[in-house]
Amino acid sequence: MSPIEPLKHFSHQLNSPEKKFASHNIWQRLHIDLPLLAGIVLLTGLGLVILYSAGNQSPGMMARQLARLGLAFMAMFIVAQIPPAKLRLWAPWLYGVGLSLLIAVLVIGTIGKGARRWLDLGLFRFQPSEIMKLAIPLFLAWYYQDKPLPPSKKCLLIGCIALLVPVLLTAKQPDLGTALMLVTAGVCVLFLAGMQWWIIIGLGALATLFAPILWHFMHDYQRQRVLTFLYPERDPLGTGYHIIQSKIAIGSGGLFGKGWLEGTQAHLHFLPEHATDFIFGVTGEEFGLFGGLVLLAVYLFIVGRGLYISSQAQDTFTRLLAGSLSLMFFFSIFINIGMVTGILPVVGLPLPLVSYGGTSMVTLLAGFGILMSVNTHRKLLAR
Amino acid sequence: MGGVVLFLSLCLFARLVYLQIIEHEHYQTLSKKNQLAFLPIPPKRGLIYDRNGVLIAQNMPVFTLELIPSQIANVDETITELQKLVDISPHELAVFQRLRKQTRRYDPVPLKLKLENSEVAKFYVNQFRFPGVFVQAQLIRYYPLGPAMANVLGYVGRINAYDLENIDQTQYVASNYIGKVGIEKYYERQLHGRVGYQQVETDASGQIVRVLERTQPKAGEDLTLTIDSNLQLAAQNALGDKRGAIIAINPNNGEILAMLSNPGYNSNLFVEGMSSLEYKALQDSPDQPLFNRALRGQYPLASTIKPFMALEGLLSKTITANDQIFDPGWYSVKHSSHKYRDWRKGGHGWVDVHKAIVVSCDTFFYDLASNMGIDKIDDILQKFGFGHATQIDMGEELAGLVPTPDWKKQHQGTPWYPGDTVISGIGQGYMLTTPLQLANATAILAKQGQGYQPHLLLKTTPADGKPVQQQPLALQKLNIPHRDWQTVIDAMVGVIKSPVGTGYRFGKTAPYSVAAKTGTAQLVSESSRAASDNVPTRLRDNSMFIAFAPVNKPQIAIAVVVENDPSAANVARKVMDQYFAHQSTGKPTA
Repeated sequence: MSPIEPLKHFSHQLNSPEKKFASHNIWQRLHIDLPLLAGIVLLTGLGLVILYSAGNQSPGMMARQLARLGLAFMAMFIVAQIPPAKLRLWAPWLYGVGLSLLIAVLVIGTIGKGARRWLDLGLFRFQPSEIMKLAIPLFLAWYYQDKPLPPSKKCLLIGCIALLVPVLLTAKQPDLGTALMLVTAGVCVLFLAGMQWWIIIGLGALATLFAPILWHFMHDYQRQRVLTFLYPERDPLGTGYHIIQSKIAIGSGGLFGKGWLEGTQAHLHFLPEHATDFIFGVTGEEFGLFGGLVLLAVYLFIVGRGLYISSQAQDTFTRLLAGSLSLMFFFSIFINIGMVTGILPVVGLPLPLVSYGGTSMVTLLAGFGILMSVNTHRKLLAR
Repeated sequence: MGGVVLFLSLCLFARLVYLQIIEHEHYQTLSKKNQLAFLPIPPKRGLIYDRNGVLIAQNMPVFTLELIPSQIANVDETITELQKLVDISPHELAVFQRLRKQTRRYDPVPLKLKLENSEVAKFYVNQFRFPGVFVQAQLIRYYPLGPAMANVLGYVGRINAYDLENIDQTQYVASNYIGKVGIEKYYERQLHGRVGYQQVETDASGQIVRVLERTQPKAGEDLTLTIDSNLQLAAQNALGDKRGAIIAINPNNGEILAMLSNPGYNSNLFVEGMSSLEYKALQDSPDQPLFNRALRGQYPLASTIKPFMALEGLLSKTITANDQIFDPGWYSVKHSSHKYRDWRKGGHGWVDVHKAIVVSCDTFFYDLASNMGIDKIDDILQKFGFGHATQIDMGEELAGLVPTPDWKKQHQGTPWYPGDTVISGIGQGYMLTTPLQLANATAILAKQGQGYQPHLLLKTTPADGKPVQQQPLALQKLNIPHRDWQTVIDAMVGVIKSPVGTGYRFGKTAPYSVAAKTGTAQLVSESSRAASDNVPTRLRDNSMFIAFAPVNKPQIAIAVVVENDPSAANVARKVMDQYFAHQSTGKPTA
């Protein structure tokens, strides 16, 4: 898409007689959904406040996080300009490129922390599995847009295969957290496409049945994580340490927390990964139940707005796309907080837009860009 | 869809309420426990000085490499890795393995006691690779005089399970060492001091972030002993490689000037730790270096009993100073053909009590014993402190033995025969004395009945206070007429001065006046001695010697026992020479 296109709309608007709506429609012309933007800005603001404390007030860390946020917001604005029709056109190609990159990463990827996840592009490294986070919802929404819904068994099978291939490739890296997110994204599309509850439950049961086989293929550290989730006190100084310490951090926060920069669990390094995956522990410790609920409320507002956009979508493709992106966002929050509070096993997933670092932030805001595009172009098309 | 989102959000909410409201107190406690620690600070152990201010037990700063086994996945592998940085000898490894068995898993075990500075630096650079391994700066005990003082000072050793049962554990939480024997054990309470505490904030790796509160430890009290280390060293030199014991007492106050058990042992080895093999070698040595002969060696009195016998004879008026008997070289009890032989074939002829002591006539004392009876003998011996512990401030001593007919019936199952009384007269038979008891009795004799409680502590000096002098404790004075003391003491001077005296050869050149008595304890009977000229070394006679000097104003009383060797008098002379050489210059001789 050419960048001139929105400007054309803009000039058209200026020349229109409905000038009293101009100010209202500036955001529209920029393809920005104001409530969603407000929610995201508020969330990133809160996130920076928390990170400042969690990162031990490191200015370097804040600078890097701000740079990443800038990049992510840019991605969001750019993606928002792409009309859904173009996205629909690109969806299968993006999926194909993502899949190729995933295979490439297995062959020539860079190893970090014992996993082969990254492609080194000279200037920076990136995780192809991140592309898949967008490519899977896009591809599945594209696939089901012209199929009779609820999908037939054949369509369901094809959808499942299209989902499982990148999931298995990602799990092989191994990156259990992202693989889980990809499954979530895919299942959300299938669900929104009208797949019956019993099939989801049936698949879940099947997965449980195959758990011992899965166990066999797991890496040692993944097995440890499962065991640790089941019995955190099994090895209090080893792998159970994370969960125990994060529960202490959150629990000791109480109703209003120990105060900003006053959390002992994080600042004395009892809570591991306190700036990244376990940053919700810092939130709970320093701002208490109150702070946690505020954060949760902002998250729910964003998710709610996303679901609203999905409900207002005018065709199946955009409805499935917007809905699954919103739900994926929610599930990444749910899984992270669930893990940090000890009701879910530890999978390496950041708290979206609050945790330090990650390519995931760019992907996430690009996803919001899609949501905005869906919403703003809808009205434009309606005119 | 919104319903699913809402439901799962409520789950998170419920979980947060559970953690932050319902279980809040529990987790707050855990958080505080994480963050705050009470760290005990060990008190500095009190130093020990001799009477001249010479430091005889000091604290040496060392860097010790310690392992906490419970924090280490593979101890053997860790040690192999450590050996690349730090020189660890097989000896140190053996000591470590032994200590490890005796230490609880979560307590530190020293691997190398004294690290070189370069080793400390090398380790610190690599510390991140060794979780559960630490360098600990600590003070360890060092005994500069080693074996010469071992039987007095004893030693400190690592606290073991047995020690823990007998101490106030809170006072020892930061201490690694405790007095095991000797002065170190007896005065443990004074030497140890009181533990201090600091409340600190720590981070997850246990590093102290800041100190919140601090209660200083109270250092142990410094002790000054009555021992004169020069005299102690002279005693050690005099004994050389012979086995035996020497005790020198100031008869005017009971202060022990020297107390040696020879051979000694290097007490520093107990501080630094020994392998099982080394310890066994020390324990099984035929010379028994760990056996404190001065307090626990029990020997027959032999002829050193004679002055005390004579005193009782005079006191009970069994004899007078002028009574004489004829000594044909043997003695026999009425109605018995058994001959008790004098040490001198052919006898000493006409003998009075003076001559009997000077020449150490056996026949005279056979006769005296027989006439007095065992009850009177026991009585005088007990008055001089034989047969019961002297209560010296060491707590290891044995009581010796003053046998009574009742004792014999109980322990031997046979009645008391008249012959038992006869040989008791020359200090053979059942009666036993420790060198300390013998020295103490000599001191009482020197002061003509005024004894003092023998003791090793001269003064204590608290870390922040004035020294406290130990006051001499007078024993009950023996009620014996001056005339009788004079008779016996004159005779003891004769032992040295008279050309026929048994101590003449050793004492005639002494530049100070001496009263003394020799003794020879037979370990095998006369008959078996006759059968073989070549008595095995360990069955040769023990020699004994008691003396005090100067005669008129006694300053030193001494008892010497030399096992299987006749040199006791010689040894005593060297020690006394050292004492008076020191006295005349007024300064400790180097």
